[in-house]
Amino acid sequence: MNADAKQPSEAAQSAPDSAEVLRVSGLNIAVRTEHGLKPLVEDMNLTLRRGETLAIAGESGSGKSLTSLAIMGLLPPPAVRVTSGTIRLGDVELTALPEAEMRSVRGDRVAMIFQEPMTSLNPVLTIGTQLTEAIRAHVPVTRAEAAERAIAALKSVRISEPAKRMGQYPHELSGGMRQRVMISMALALKPEVLIADEPTTALDVTVQREVLDLLRDLQRETGTAILLITHDMGVVAEMADRVIVMRDGKIEEEGTTRRIFTSPERSYTRDLLAAVPRLGAGAARGGAAPDAADPVARLTDVSVRYDLHGGLLGRVTHRVHAVERVSFDIRRGETFALVGESGCGKSTIARALVGLVPHEGRIEIAGKHLAGLDGAGMKALRRNIQIVFQDPMAALDARMKVADLVAEPLLIHGLGDAGELRARTDDLLKRVGLSPDHGDRYPHEFSGGQRQRICIARALALQPDLIIADESVSALDVSVQARVLELLEALKTEFGMSYLFISHDMAVVENISDRVAVMYLGQIVEMGTRDQVFGNPQHPYTRRLIDAVPIPDPDIRPARIQFGAGEVASPVYPANTGPTPVRLVDRGGGHLAAEH
Amino acid sequence: MAAYFIRRIVQSLLILLGISFVTFVLLYILPADPVRQIAGRSATAQTVANIREQLGLDQPFIVQYGRYLAGLVQGDLGRSYLQKTEVATLIASRLPASLQLMAGGILCELLIGLSFGVIAALRRGRMADQVLMITSFVAVSAPQFVVSLLLLYVFAVKLGWFPIGGYGTFAHLVLPALTLGILGSGWYSRMMRSSMIEVLRTDYIRTARAKGLSRARVILRHALPNAILPIIAMIGIDIGIFMGGLVVVESVFGWPGIGQLAWQAIQRVDIPIIMGVTLVSACAIVLGNLLADFIAPLIDPRIRLR
Repeated sequence: MNADAKQPSEAAQSAPDSAEVLRVSGLNIAVRTEHGLKPLVEDMNLTLRRGETLAIAGESGSGKSLTSLAIMGLLPPPAVRVTSGTIRLGDVELTALPEAEMRSVRGDRVAMIFQEPMTSLNPVLTIGTQLTEAIRAHVPVTRAEAAERAIAALKSVRISEPAKRMGQYPHELSGGMRQRVMISMALALKPEVLIADEPTTALDVTVQREVLDLLRDLQRETGTAILLITHDMGVVAEMADRVIVMRDGKIEEEGTTRRIFTSPERSYTRDLLAAVPRLGAGAARGGAAPDAADPVARLTDVSVRYDLHGGLLGRVTHRVHAVERVSFDIRRGETFALVGESGCGKSTIARALVGLVPHEGRIEIAGKHLAGLDGAGMKALRRNIQIVFQDPMAALDARMKVADLVAEPLLIHGLGDAGELRARTDDLLKRVGLSPDHGDRYPHEFSGGQRQRICIARALALQPDLIIADESVSALDVSVQARVLELLEALKTEFGMSYLFISHDMAVVENISDRVAVMYLGQIVEMGTRDQVFGNPQHPYTRRLIDAVPIPDPDIRPARIQFGAGEVASPVYPANTGPTPVRLVDRGGGHLAAEH
Repeated sequence: MAAYFIRRIVQSLLILLGISFVTFVLLYILPADPVRQIAGRSATAQTVANIREQLGLDQPFIVQYGRYLAGLVQGDLGRSYLQKTEVATLIASRLPASLQLMAGGILCELLIGLSFGVIAALRRGRMADQVLMITSFVAVSAPQFVVSLLLLYVFAVKLGWFPIGGYGTFAHLVLPALTLGILGSGWYSRMMRSSMIEVLRTDYIRTARAKGLSRARVILRHALPNAILPIIAMIGIDIGIFMGGLVVVESVFGWPGIGQLAWQAIQRVDIPIIMGVTLVSACAIVLGNLLADFIAPLIDPRIRLR
């Protein structure tokens, strides 16, 4: 049945076992609109063999997730459906299967894990219930036997105290543990095919490393074929035997991972790979060293703590030490990066800087003490600091025209009349690579990257001294991300402002920053110039972050790193105690690192 | 948990105190004179003055309210002006009937409302959805006295399935409970529909389907408990609306509950009864909300009371 398979011969070598488990041929998926059927995926072909990992890589809207949902028979009905083509699992044709029979395939022969571990588990059911029901849906076992198998499944994904986890609810587990639960659920019945749709995209980089290692190990043990859907070329390089690059619903290129990375044939693939931020690729930073004397912002022993109340009178029993005694300067004309994993307090610092959360300690903006400011002073200060957030769609009012959105800061601060405003917004839109007539449209008419450009234009409107970029490029596709980073760099040179660049992405930070501070649990554990921190990391946590970044090169399979797979440390302390303050020691040339 | 409970009870008492004050003020500034009602049209000025003094209604407002509160803390709701009985006794004798009707009404509105809502959500955009939503719209808009008269005409007068009015057997309960339930069911079906549609879109429902669970299990075990959470808070608030409905429905069906008692008292400006019924209703609403708050964490483990 695979007579006409146009498999490259190299693929056969990399696949350890050539038994074919899944074959998709000529698959077309379309959505029904008012103007008839609109194709979403066209002529998709793939074969998946036992024990191999096939990655479908592509940017948002490329149709990679739809393909996987079609295989699962989970396309959102009734609008989106398979219009032609076949999906064969072994000798079963899935596209023709009635729902009842499809149900017995799902979870048993083909299982799936999703991007968002935080929302993929039902919040009101225990882990045990959700695991055992998955088993009992396909295997006629008693409740007790199912529970036993569930615990075994949890053990196989190396979760600490599996028996205890059975009685816990999803919100009691960290994101990484939830994704492990999802994996254990998917693999509990030893499916022939595991579809992993962006399985690590929502996870912190160190957790991503653990989950990728785990998936590889489990694949080796069970021989499950993995269909990996991802936008992250680093993950592709690390996991996949073969790659299909998709674009606009069509296959752009396919081949072995090594071939795609070393000699991509299509220009799109080349561009995609070139756009991937790589550690060590940051251009050498020349130019005048930023002036240390007159900082744009100076933070001295800044803490942000939240009280947790309890007891009869609602007294403070615990405190969240979100930011704990953090001190740093942002110099004029530099890009200062704050990196760390979720919950480390990096975004809280940004909010304290613009006065959105109350803080202790001293924040000075251009020499002015933040705490001493009245309403008018605060307004003047906000003119000097602007923020660009992660999700541009959420940051733009959907009912306002782009020109009005960009002009709003000027209006609030009473700068210019209607004619001047229009001229100014036209200019700003041009500066960020949009055209003035874009101003009459609404945010939903733009792509994600364009929307982020609108946000940047809005932040630029007041010609601030400091722009806070809080994960501003994290939600963008890599090619878009690269262009937005270029734009930020160009604007910095043009306007001479400073950036506080907040990110979890080590590679991006390495590419854009002048100086870097690494945060862990509310405190800075290492700080220095980019070359100091990345070239000679001193703190083990910094090293761990750097080591965990997937490398977009299939020839380098990073050594496994053992992390504590247990609970995440928490910044919550009883009211009368607090975290031990770290002491930063100069390791030479202003390179500060915590003692450990 | 215990701390939470105590704090909520203290809060509830303060709410009741506030309600008693507002009601008392409203009844005090009421242009209708209860003494005139008691004395009758032909009473002399002297008789009126005597009665006024007897009832303490010649005292300044703050003294009257103080006396009422002093009685209240001892469980004394005062005496009815016209019926010459303790208000507490009157209410106690009529409360079981009202509670029975309320329980029946809530059961009806939840059964009709939730099932309509779930079905509409599952058949979203199709015929069944549209029919159910139009029905719910009519149910919400129709005045209760119209619904009750319609039900009476069809099921009691024409078909003769149920008695026309009165109290005692299960058959007596059906029509009044249904009348009460129909109004609420319109609200609930709409809330349940949108809540369910939202839940059906979530990632965990997709996960449940990807596991190969049956459609029934996905809906009943995974979607329903999540969809019902916002409804529970609504039930607590809803009891207040119910009290208003009780007055109408009890009057139409001749149901001997506190709604009917309140209705008669309002007509005769029998202030102690009006005060008593208001406070009892307020208690019911406060208790309903408290109950809703205690049920929610049983379904959603993320909610913790503290």
